[in-house]
Amino acid sequence: MRFMFKTDYEDDITLFPHSGYIVTYGVLLAFLLIAPFVLSSYIVSQLVFVFIYATVGVGLMILTGFTGQASLGHAAFLAIGAYSAAYLQQFNVPFPVYFLVGGLLTGVVGAMVGFPALRLQGIYLVIATISFAFIVEEILARWESVTHGNEGMRVKALQLLGTTVSRDSPSFYYLCLAVLFLTIIGTLNLLRSPTGRAFVAIRDSETAARSMGVNVSLYKVKSFAISAAITGFAGVLFAHKLSFISPEMFTLQLSIEFIIVILIGGAFSPHGAVLGAIFIVMIDPFLTYLKDDLPVIIAGIAATFGADSITAGKIHGNVAAIASANGLKGAIYGVIIVLFVLFEPLGLYGRWLKIKLFFQLFPLYKRATFKRQKIYVKSERNR
Amino acid sequence: MLDFVQQLVSGIALGCVYGLIALGFVLVYKATEVVNFAQGDLMMLGGFFAFTFIGMLGLNYWLGFAGAVIAMALFGMLAERVVVRPILGYPQFSIIMATIGLGYFLRSVVGMIWGTDDFKIETPFSDGVLRIGSLVLAYDKLSVIAATVILCALLYLFFNRTTLGTAMRASSENMLAAYYMGIPVKRVVSIVWAISAAVATAAGVLLAPITFIHSNVGLVLGLKAFPAAVLGGFGSIPGAVVGGVLIGVIESMAGFYLPQGWKDVAPYIVLLAVLLLKPEGLFGVHLRKKV
Repeated sequence: MRFMFKTDYEDDITLFPHSGYIVTYGVLLAFLLIAPFVLSSYIVSQLVFVFIYATVGVGLMILTGFTGQASLGHAAFLAIGAYSAAYLQQFNVPFPVYFLVGGLLTGVVGAMVGFPALRLQGIYLVIATISFAFIVEEILARWESVTHGNEGMRVKALQLLGTTVSRDSPSFYYLCLAVLFLTIIGTLNLLRSPTGRAFVAIRDSETAARSMGVNVSLYKVKSFAISAAITGFAGVLFAHKLSFISPEMFTLQLSIEFIIVILIGGAFSPHGAVLGAIFIVMIDPFLTYLKDDLPVIIAGIAATFGADSITAGKIHGNVAAIASANGLKGAIYGVIIVLFVLFEPLGLYGRWLKIKLFFQLFPLYKRATFKRQKIYVKSERNR
Repeated sequence: MLDFVQQLVSGIALGCVYGLIALGFVLVYKATEVVNFAQGDLMMLGGFFAFTFIGMLGLNYWLGFAGAVIAMALFGMLAERVVVRPILGYPQFSIIMATIGLGYFLRSVVGMIWGTDDFKIETPFSDGVLRIGSLVLAYDKLSVIAATVILCALLYLFFNRTTLGTAMRASSENMLAAYYMGIPVKRVVSIVWAISAAVATAAGVLLAPITFIHSNVGLVLGLKAFPAAVLGGFGSIPGAVVGGVLIGVIESMAGFYLPQGWKDVAPYIVLLAVLLLKPEGLFGVHLRKKV
């Protein structure tokens, strides 16, 4: 096992605590850079969605994971980014300009949501963000001169440096990868700055943060603005990837998917956003796989255990009926959310850290290391 | 003027449904400080149970109603035992996510079992109308209003006059202290989930003649019930019903007098306004944390 001796504060906040980090992340980055040339175009396309979802996940994590302000309205921020891109594109505004405008505009809207949210806590904030998202969705459907209402808007392929970057090209893949990379680096740097420290302080205890001189209101609004801006940037890419946007894409369902991203990945580290994004994007191909292959596999297993061909055929039919039932995705989502909340609140990344620690400390690992504290006395109503 | 009264009555009837769902939120919130995002889906499931008993098995309406309420009360206890109890004491957000997950699961499973069509339950109030002058009131809407008033009164008395109700309020304030006082907190939480599922079922069955039941009805109406609960002040039983009625009337008036599109957002605009101006709601109590 590795012992890390920290002799000053710089050691504690460094981005790469030891050389192992540079090697592993370097290998990962190198793999992602050559990925468009070695992987199939389908997987590359899915990877682009992973990057976009992970960018939103990191944005949401700044607000929910680090500042402790829950939001179920991030689909609205994504929509604002996507629609501002689609709208500005009509006037031949160059991509870098509307990319920045989309993000900054969303950030301003985020700050505007942040001000009223200052007075709200816990469930009230969740409900308020849901309402905000509903209102945005309705505005998108009704403000037809700008958004074309329910007909939706086409988004042309983006123009960058005089060339056309189609949504399936490797260049678009690199663009999304670059945005995600910059977002993660930016977030890590934010977290080791006074602003990030203030966010975490507010999450852990607002009263304590205030008594330490943290301007809680200012930092909450900042957190909203930064989180919304990142989501807005992702929204511009999202619009280009889908090439068509309409109000019914940005529903509560999508906001919940974003929350699932950080819930399943783990809301305390950008690793979590990436893992959660991989999960959310891959669940659809996985379900298709279930529909096609699972009945055959299970019938095969039954046959090897001595079932005759008629029984095996019946099993095949039953499994196929279950696997292709409508709404299976919803049930799987539901079960997975509940299981993660009950058994692994730190998410996939938390599970990875536990496994790593188990081997590092073997045989001295104690389960209590990661035990959550239950609080039965504090009523969240009185604050 | 007649139009206005007609809109008012249908708004009140719709609002009573919101109020009934909001009552479920408030009950769970009062006893455990937890917001059950699956409340609307419990209502939907209750409606489907009643549909199975009345429409498919051919039971008498009242018998089927009672059967659905009992079945759902047991289901509420089960849901509490499996999903909520292990995470009591953790931050609210965990529990919100768990109930969102439960809602997903219920919608999807109901869709698989009963299909995604609209269903209708034959009730004794289905067709009749009450005429007062030129005002026409449908019995099904009146039945919702009457049931809401009765349930609200019963629950209010239960919470404020009975020992069990007091125990519930105590365990909401501070579970540990309530436990030290000899209150069986686990059983109290279990009972409150049963009651809230039963109230949700009543809402679902009464609603069935007005807006048919389908697997997504709970999501749609449940989200409209939030503004109702917040407007009334989360945690106040009469507040939930008053808030529900106000939201219902606002929605129905906005649908009639304002351009298209306002009907759906009006409740949320009201909700945001309430949260900004008076976050504790009309009937809520404002408390501050002491350090």
